[in-house]
Amino acid sequence: MSHDVYVALAYGITAIVIAALILWVVLDQRARRAELSELEARGVRRRSDAAPASETDHGV
Amino acid sequence: MTTTTAGNTFTNLANPTRFLNLSGTVLPWMAGVTALLFAVGLFMAFTAPEDYQQGVTVRIMYIHVPAAWLSMMCYTVMAISAIGTLVWRHPLADVSAKAAAPIGAAFTFLALITGSLWGKPMWGAWWAWGDARLTSVFVLFLMYLGLIALIRAIPDPSRAVRLTAIVILVGFVNIPIIKFSVEWWNTLHQPASVIRLDGPSIHPSMLYPLLVMALAFTMLFFTLHFSAMRAEIWRRRVASMRRRAAQAAA
Repeated sequence: MSHDVYVALAYGITAIVIAALILWVVLDQRARRAELSELEARGVRRRSDAAPASETDHGV
Repeated sequence: MTTTTAGNTFTNLANPTRFLNLSGTVLPWMAGVTALLFAVGLFMAFTAPEDYQQGVTVRIMYIHVPAAWLSMMCYTVMAISAIGTLVWRHPLADVSAKAAAPIGAAFTFLALITGSLWGKPMWGAWWAWGDARLTSVFVLFLMYLGLIALIRAIPDPSRAVRLTAIVILVGFVNIPIIKFSVEWWNTLHQPASVIRLDGPSIHPSMLYPLLVMALAFTMLFFTLHFSAMRAEIWRRRVASMRRRAAQAAA
């Protein structure tokens, strides 16, 4: 196998893995935001939303 | 600034809501800088001279070395987060560790694969189990997979947080082993050529592209890490809101 093939394979696999990582992060964010929006549309609120205490809200 | 004020500033910066607002502002810029660094780094990598011994395969160095550095840096970030979890019990520290694990696993996988693709034409072997550097990095990859499995396996979040933090800190012993394995044992792997007490031994025509690519990988890591942390915060909020909705319905 030519040395160029090893280089091409290394860069190709790296590009695929990085693209997959970016896609996973973006899709995960979109899915979670959609879930949050759906719950908020149904009127469900977080406990901390009941009190105006965002500065001291350390809960996630 | 008093200790209390410094502590308050740290606590306020680590507030999840504040983190979401701040990261939402800086993430587009970070993504832009990452893309720019990759464009410049790849141009420099493919216009850099070939090595007089390794020929064109030296170009694998510009992705293999940054991926290997990032595999260790990511675990270090997780170890710092684990200390944050155990000492300050801050939820954002746990979010950070959990979000970093899959990214670290991906960078370690890349370091192993690109190393193997570089090793075959240079050493005549895809892999050598007796090599301390290769084996210790493979152990790091297994540790990442084990931590991902551990985080998902424990249903009680408070127990998972503490146990995961302890396992991360115990596993941190592997990081200096990886770093110094090429000095402590006889290995196929070359010794350190960039981070050395007497300065880099690599020629500037190859060092500068390598440093730009390392910076690009580092920016990519933080961009992905911040994004994954945002998704994790939202995941926990969704879980919390669902519990609240279920309690209200009962």
